[in-house]
Amino acid sequence: MSAIERLPAEDIPDNGLLRFLTCGSVDDGKSTLIGRLLYDSKTILADTLHAIQRSSARRGLDIVDLSLLTDGLQAEREQGITIDVAYRYFTTGTRKYIIADAPGHEQYTRNMVTAASTADLAIILIDARKGVLTQTRRHSYVAHLLGIPHIVVAVNKMDLVDYAQETFDRIHDGYLEFASRLGITDVRFIPLSALHGDMIVERGDRLRWYEGPTLFEMLEAAPAIHSEHVEKFRFPVQYVCRPQDSANPELHDYRGFMGRVESGELHIGDRVTVLPSRLESRVRDIQVLGESLPRAVAEQSVSILLDDEIDISRGDMIVRSDELPQVSRNIDAMLCWLSESPLDPRRKYLLRHTTRDSKAMLAAIAFRVDINGMQQQPAERLVMNDIARVSFRLAQPIFADPYAESRGTGAFIIIDESTNNTVAAGMILGIASGDSG
Amino acid sequence: MSTAKLARVTLSHLDWLESEAIHIMREVAGQCSNPVLLFSGGKDSICMLRVAEKAFRPGRFPFPLLHIDTGHNYREVTDFRDRRAAELGERLIVRSVEDSMARGTVVLKSADEPRNKHQSVTLLEAIEEFGFDACIGGARRDEEKARAKERIFSFRDEFGQWDPKNQRPELWDLYNARSFKGENIRVFPISNWTEIDVWQYIEREKLALPAIYFAHRRPLVRRGGGLLPVTEVTPARPGEAVETLQVRFRTVGDITCTAPVESAATDVASIIAETAVTTITERGATRLDDQTSEASMEQRKKEGYF
Repeated sequence: MSAIERLPAEDIPDNGLLRFLTCGSVDDGKSTLIGRLLYDSKTILADTLHAIQRSSARRGLDIVDLSLLTDGLQAEREQGITIDVAYRYFTTGTRKYIIADAPGHEQYTRNMVTAASTADLAIILIDARKGVLTQTRRHSYVAHLLGIPHIVVAVNKMDLVDYAQETFDRIHDGYLEFASRLGITDVRFIPLSALHGDMIVERGDRLRWYEGPTLFEMLEAAPAIHSEHVEKFRFPVQYVCRPQDSANPELHDYRGFMGRVESGELHIGDRVTVLPSRLESRVRDIQVLGESLPRAVAEQSVSILLDDEIDISRGDMIVRSDELPQVSRNIDAMLCWLSESPLDPRRKYLLRHTTRDSKAMLAAIAFRVDINGMQQQPAERLVMNDIARVSFRLAQPIFADPYAESRGTGAFIIIDESTNNTVAAGMILGIASGDSG
Repeated sequence: MSTAKLARVTLSHLDWLESEAIHIMREVAGQCSNPVLLFSGGKDSICMLRVAEKAFRPGRFPFPLLHIDTGHNYREVTDFRDRRAAELGERLIVRSVEDSMARGTVVLKSADEPRNKHQSVTLLEAIEEFGFDACIGGARRDEEKARAKERIFSFRDEFGQWDPKNQRPELWDLYNARSFKGENIRVFPISNWTEIDVWQYIEREKLALPAIYFAHRRPLVRRGGGLLPVTEVTPARPGEAVETLQVRFRTVGDITCTAPVESAATDVASIIAETAVTTITERGATRLDDQTSEASMEQRKKEGYF
């Protein structure tokens, strides 16, 4: 029996999976924090620990430098930079965690946008001695832009400010002041020392004035994205299963529409609409490997079978008939340019949204965001790491929701067909109606 | 029309990982014209076949299976490989490093040189022979630090090289599998699985495994702090004492570079229990080829390795 069947049971101690992002400047102690999380969750095995003990000793350190656990590639050590996002894993027994560890400096926006795109929670590290920096504001802006629902501000290196509550309070107030201007609402604060382990797993005895949860407790309690609110059902079709040549006559008319539920929930018997054809049908069955499921929930990969024979192919979307998305060839979006070649407003690009591709042309750049000063500036073109509000005209309509409502159907990437590179990431703000292509 | 009540449903971590892997395989099927799935008979690729069944049944897999055989694989594993492919009714292609040696494209420094890294040559030859535009592999990011930074859809140039400094940004679940002729995309659907996830999945899905994953008695010698199986291709050296011990393999690969661990675990549940309290990493314990230098996986990947 598939465990999918056991899904709704409340008695399983499996609290699912949480993906989070750590962001901080070079010296905020991010590597030490990650090392501490891995170490305290007993993820680090003896051979790895011996290796970093040897490295620490070689570098003349008298304690084990946990930051070495996240030491990178040879190519990085040669150049003294961190190249890319690294993914790391630990488990607490009830929950599995995926950390996206984004380097704080080189190609900063590009890496953080990539890491943030799949995160449910962001830990923003602040050095207690330095307080809120420009860097902190940039991290927070990007986390917010990418729609990470939970932000934890970790005031690190409390050991270097004598664990003083006043320092923590001052940073807390300063952060809230600008965060509210950005529209960040769900933010929690925690004082800690990654080096000594205070408030990570153990509370330690030097932060007695802090009564909130430890970092581990926050992570254990944070809801995953899809468990928070009611969402509209969105099912981009990835692949159509038509095993006509099968020896089994029952399969001659089989048509399974395969995909992953981007958001919402579907039950057998629900009325659905297929886009772009707008044809309607009813859900006959929801299947995984021959098993019938009474419903499909967000992030589940299933096959949907319909009552009527409708021509459906990859790139189409199945939605519930009472929850239609917007259909349009004109979109407004926030765009992060990720490529070393600048955006060329004269060129056509490929826009990939869900399982659907369309040629796209830039219609306008409304403004570029100066993320240091949080100001809007006019712009003629965009270069790597720029964030801007833009509009695109598309050759084919897409079926979309605002990113703030649905990540899965609000996000897109831009591909340069001359290189096949992914050159930009976009988040849809709104869709001009009345042009359903 | 029933409206869902507050959706307090969270997939279990295994369901989430499985669903992600299914989604990735279907993206390969949807985006690539001639993909292939690398199947060795090892535990990770056994999980991938299960994921492929969940992704594509009742249809056939939209790709054949490919194994790059070093010629030094355990018989139990290659037999299992053949049997599993036959049970699934899917096409299995085997290409051998020994054929590349006969062609002269693989030249060993010495007869007993481990052949693992030479699989890259044979793999690239197979890619060219069949014109594969994507290879689905079972690598995991928790295995090794070069893998921790690799994309799920990882671009390789016409020489099969991975360039860690020039990876395509990979956002949300919007994967870019585009390539020009001669280039290749390596796809790792179980990137986010850890060793314990793999074992838990095997237990949950009741997947059959080659017998050498379970505790069995085998002649071994102790060498360089590890246990080495005594076989035809890895005989005991003069003066080494051959012992018979109860062991199991944590990873399975070329005989010359895969070592077992002492274990009494004869079923998956006992392996999970052992894995949960183990003190040595999977590759650290058992992959002799990774110990030669700190950066050896990174180096092999740049040369076209899986």
